[in-house]
Amino acid sequence: MSDLESTSEGGTALLDPPDHFDDLFASERLDPARPLTASRQLRRRQIFSRAMESTQTAAALLAVAMLAFVVYSVASRGASVLSFEFLTAGPPAIEETAGGGIGPMIVGTATLVGIATVIAMPIGILAALYMTEFASRRAARLLRMVLDLLFGVPSIVLALFVFELIVAGKSESGFAGSFALAIIMLPLVARASQETLLLVPQGLRDAAAALGVSHWRALRGVVLPSALGGIITGTVLALARAAGESAPLIILSAVFSRTVNFNIFSEATPNIPVYIYKASTAANPYGWARAWGAAFVLLLFILIVNIGARALHARGRRKMAR
Amino acid sequence: MSTEVTDAPSTPRQRVRIQTGEREDLGAREPANGTAPALAGAGQAKPAARETIFDVRDISVSYGASTAIAGVSLKVPRHLITALIGPSGCGKSTFLRCLNRMNDTVPGFGLTGQILYHGNDLYAPRVDPVEVRRRIGMVFQRPNPLPKSIYDNVAWAPRNLGMKANLDERVERALRGAALWEEVKDRLKQSAFGLSGGQQQRLCIARAIAIEPDVLLLDEPASALDPIATASIEELMLNLKHRFTIVIVTHNMQQAARIADRTAFFSLEVSAGKRTGALVEYDETSTIFTRPKDPRTGDYVTGRFG
Amino acid sequence: MSTGEANPASRLRALAARSSASAGAVDRLGDAVLRGLCVLAALLALAALAGIAYEVIDGATLAIGRFGLGFLVHTTWQPNFKVFGAGVMLYGLAVTSALAMLLAVPIGIAIALYLAMVAPPRVRNVIGPLVEMLAAIPSVILGFWGILVLAPFLSSDMEPFLHSAIGFLPIFGEPSSTGAGLFTAGLILTIMVVPIIASISRDLFLTVPQEMKDGATALGATRWEMVRGVVLPSTAPGVVAACFLGLGRALGEAIAVAQVIGDGKAIQKLFETGNTAASAIALEFLGAENRLQASSLFYLAVILLVIGLIANLTAQAITRRFLIHRAMTR
Repeated sequence: MSDLESTSEGGTALLDPPDHFDDLFASERLDPARPLTASRQLRRRQIFSRAMESTQTAAALLAVAMLAFVVYSVASRGASVLSFEFLTAGPPAIEETAGGGIGPMIVGTATLVGIATVIAMPIGILAALYMTEFASRRAARLLRMVLDLLFGVPSIVLALFVFELIVAGKSESGFAGSFALAIIMLPLVARASQETLLLVPQGLRDAAAALGVSHWRALRGVVLPSALGGIITGTVLALARAAGESAPLIILSAVFSRTVNFNIFSEATPNIPVYIYKASTAANPYGWARAWGAAFVLLLFILIVNIGARALHARGRRKMAR
Repeated sequence: MSTEVTDAPSTPRQRVRIQTGEREDLGAREPANGTAPALAGAGQAKPAARETIFDVRDISVSYGASTAIAGVSLKVPRHLITALIGPSGCGKSTFLRCLNRMNDTVPGFGLTGQILYHGNDLYAPRVDPVEVRRRIGMVFQRPNPLPKSIYDNVAWAPRNLGMKANLDERVERALRGAALWEEVKDRLKQSAFGLSGGQQQRLCIARAIAIEPDVLLLDEPASALDPIATASIEELMLNLKHRFTIVIVTHNMQQAARIADRTAFFSLEVSAGKRTGALVEYDETSTIFTRPKDPRTGDYVTGRFG
Repeated sequence: MSTGEANPASRLRALAARSSASAGAVDRLGDAVLRGLCVLAALLALAALAGIAYEVIDGATLAIGRFGLGFLVHTTWQPNFKVFGAGVMLYGLAVTSALAMLLAVPIGIAIALYLAMVAPPRVRNVIGPLVEMLAAIPSVILGFWGILVLAPFLSSDMEPFLHSAIGFLPIFGEPSSTGAGLFTAGLILTIMVVPIIASISRDLFLTVPQEMKDGATALGATRWEMVRGVVLPSTAPGVVAACFLGLGRALGEAIAVAQVIGDGKAIQKLFETGNTAASAIALEFLGAENRLQASSLFYLAVILLVIGLIANLTAQAITRRFLIHRAMTR
């Protein structure tokens, strides 16, 4: 409607000869034949613009430099202690001595993260399926919000929750730690799965329905396999994040022995993050050396997983795009 | 020319026709020289030649390995509307964006040949593209107001350029110049996104003329608009040509016939499996539409091709 | 037709062939079971969130009953006298988060602008992931690095320099001896928050339509004027949301802060030790001497949960409004 009115307004403007231009342009009218090099004012603006670009570039370089600095610090100090013994042996009986290793911590972290994945992965995938396949729009949005909030809960708060739920009145346990890590992984797995499931063409589901294939068979046979790559990538990334997570374990699985143990329900499980944390609170150079080695192992694992997942993700995207 | 008169029932169209009449007067003073080779630039051949704004000399444009347009030469005269028509993909928009160096930001862009603007090479090393764009304004296919109020959309560029004196007056005049003032004068502080598509496009014209450019380039300015909004944009252009030199890309041949003084027909040439845009014919609009010299032009304007 | 398309299609045909033979009760049961499992998973997620809120508040009731809202302002934290006030922790929380945001917001946005507007695509595809890698470094490693590498550097070089240069500002004070303190904690948090703000903002900047940027460029604007006039205003709500997400991260970080903040018990200046709500929990929970101390730590967790959820919800609300706004204008 407004366009109709606008035309009539435009009409009145048109009936006037376009005099107002002369007023407007009588001022500082530039000579069009003047060379096209920058005026003094424009030079000033260009200098400012380039200065801002340089600042932005510097900020990016600063971030990369920080990454390089941290990785270099860890690698240069950690690589020197790496050995077969370091990766397999336990720490020495007396922390203030050299030698020993972090074998039990590596096994323990793998155990904790493995159990957390076993808990979080099916629940995360099912929650994602709920959002993409079954829920109403509102329910899906609500669950998305819940997952985002769960992701936003500080992990130390999560630790207190699990402590009250599982540990209080009993002893610390590896399982309690895994349980907390699973809650950290859950929103990551669910959201990554949801995003991949949304990429599966709706037509595939419709075709299945049209062919008389039941919903669950279609999901299991067609939809999930198509989305599997993305779901696994998301889960592996979540797993890498959980492997470096320390806050819950400091409350739930901190007082551990120096040897491998699989009594996850009755004992704290040795793990790398807490071992590094403890080293950082003690003035013990021998402990620091082992902690640098542990940090190097952990960081290497996490960076490799991240780079790998990124490469897989990029390939998957390219495939989907084709 | 006659077709648009007969199929013009609405009032805005009639106004357009009045303007068309004026243009025909102009044409009478400057009779088309039928013998001049079209590609050499029709403007040059006129007895009372107008000042040449753009003198495009044999330019070719490539993006990476592919050539978008090749061997285009033409002259754009002052204070006329020059229309670029042709099938989609023929490079007419690419050509237009070369005239104010908007292609500079496109990765892989390369240009050979020369574009003289008032005798200055647009692509000379010391030329600042920002200065070029400040003098040669552009309006795009889809209205693209800034995420600001109506007032700030118009006042933004003058502020950047340091034209801060009498800013309110400048904004009002630019909006009047774009035939938008009466519609928006009571809501200058509201977001530009609240305007209709046609109004947004006129706002884009207003903000372009607020910095007093020399040339206005319009890239299919009405293709995203409904017919009524299109008519008002066309009126506006006929008004604006008294102040500015206008180059317009349009896919709408009737539009070119209605408003343009000169028309350039671009076509897509296929040679050795590669598709390249080329200028086929450039002449007075009436010549292009009634007595084209190239059969391809004739096929296109009569709808047999494209 | 790519193979990716053909595979599901052939699987589909196979399924269709089989299911026509064996349709019926099994399928209906399968549908129901799957649906039930999905609903159950969704409910579990909801239950986890509700459970967290319930358990944390439940653990805090003792301290809430004893100290009430005065807990938020009192600065005495003395387990042996059973007197607990969160003033020191909330002060530390505010100072470290403010410092982190003060540094991370401009740096993060600058990085995002570099990635989205300045860097050639090839460079962007290298530097972008590197910046995101910064977020993948476990906080315990960052804290360990912070106390053993960053803190000595700060106390020997950076802090004396800052003290001599802008020490007249009352907040800075004398350089610390160990390098552990609020300042170091703030810097570590900055490193954690920068990649969050940078990567989200970069994604937002990349969504600004080229035609909108062209509109500004065609008006004779320099690149920075175009960024100021088009890119920043059209993405501002999303960038603010990214900052809130970063803030949520800074507020809740326990371990890295616990490692570098020095476990101070009083309100002190920037280069001196302190505590935050999260670091106090990490440092004291296992060694809590009495139930009231544990409950007070739960009270801190309640505060953290509330602030964290507010930051998160604010970010969500902004992005939703932002997306709606976008949908309307496009």
